[in-house]
Amino acid sequence: MSLVFAGVCSHAPGITGRAKLADPKLRDDLYASYDRMRERIEATKPDALIVVAAEHFANFFMNNMPAYCMGMAEQYEGPIEDEDWLAIKRRTVPGNPGLSQRLIRSVMEDTDLAYAEEWKFDHGIMVPLNFLTPRYDLPVIPVNINCQGPPLTPLHRAWRFGRALRRACDEQPERIALIGTGGVSHWPATPDSGVINEAWDHEFLDRFINNRKDALLSYTDEETFRDAGQGGFEIRTFITVAGATEGSIGELLIYAPIPIFAVGCTVAIMNIGERPATEALLETA
Amino acid sequence: MSLYYVQKLLYQLNRDSHTQQRYREDFEGLLAEYELDDEERDALRDGDIGLLYVMGVNGQILMHYSALIGQEWHEYIEAMKDGVKQHGPVRGGLYTLLEERDQ
Ligand SMILES: [Fe+2]
Repeated sequence: MSLVFAGVCSHAPGITGRAKLADPKLRDDLYASYDRMRERIEATKPDALIVVAAEHFANFFMNNMPAYCMGMAEQYEGPIEDEDWLAIKRRTVPGNPGLSQRLIRSVMEDTDLAYAEEWKFDHGIMVPLNFLTPRYDLPVIPVNINCQGPPLTPLHRAWRFGRALRRACDEQPERIALIGTGGVSHWPATPDSGVINEAWDHEFLDRFINNRKDALLSYTDEETFRDAGQGGFEIRTFITVAGATEGSIGELLIYAPIPIFAVGCTVAIMNIGERPATEALLETA
Repeated sequence: MSLYYVQKLLYQLNRDSHTQQRYREDFEGLLAEYELDDEERDALRDGDIGLLYVMGVNGQILMHYSALIGQEWHEYIEAMKDGVKQHGPVRGGLYTLLEERDQ
């Protein structure tokens, strides 16, 4: 069929692992927003869910770091983290290797994409799945963009990757949902954990929701690191979703800075819009 | 300094149950497989989060390792702060840029 859903959400491990330490009202509002996203995904009756993530050294290390990688496995497992620490039980998650292979072939027409038949999920995928597919019955296709170990892919490539992903989805008979998970500003896992640059987040999310391509792609990594921390590098996942929904605008379901979760917690849905003439767009890119 | 191998050992340890078993049963043998200096081996033997942070281990690796050794979140954050107090500013990796920012 085509892409039937697109959105973005946060994936910080504290969202599940440190739930008891958060302001209950803020936490419950956040959880309700994930629920709304889940309902919207379910309403589109997807056959598979692509999760564009920014993993944290669960599979990829500096010995052989792909800028982009898609999973092509029958099943995946996660989380790698201590189950009690993340408050998510370890389990297997179904994949769809046939669909993965077709998507990979299509994306490769435009963007060089690595693939992996083994993949362990960390909090970057498990936290979103915990809320969005709580029965783990929807086949998942993981994608990783290296956002942790520089050199990192340029933002304009993340955009273009999103566009290639959209075209690839639109070529398939399946109904496909797509989410990106990552930042906005945060200083995860460092002594600065809990610092949140709300002004920067609001500006970025405004650019994202209104799909202002040039503004989204104008950040340099130096600026992002200074203003939004290492975690800010994960905006690549949002930018990929913006590329996949080029010309459409979105709806911010929540933005809630929750310091114990170490990030301005974000859930947003992009309108899919008309199927874009991606072939022509790719030629002019 | 072999920050790369310190991080590689922790990466393997964080994700791989076989490496976790070796960590419990033959830690010295595991250490010997990586090119590490004495200070790095001691930091790993001691689970010294503060020193590992100061050496420049990426927080995304260090956080998972902290969970593996059973630290509470606040203990983890405090250990990094104490590390900087005790050993001085971060020496390598991404966070040296944070030190520049703070100066
Ligand atoms: Fe992350």
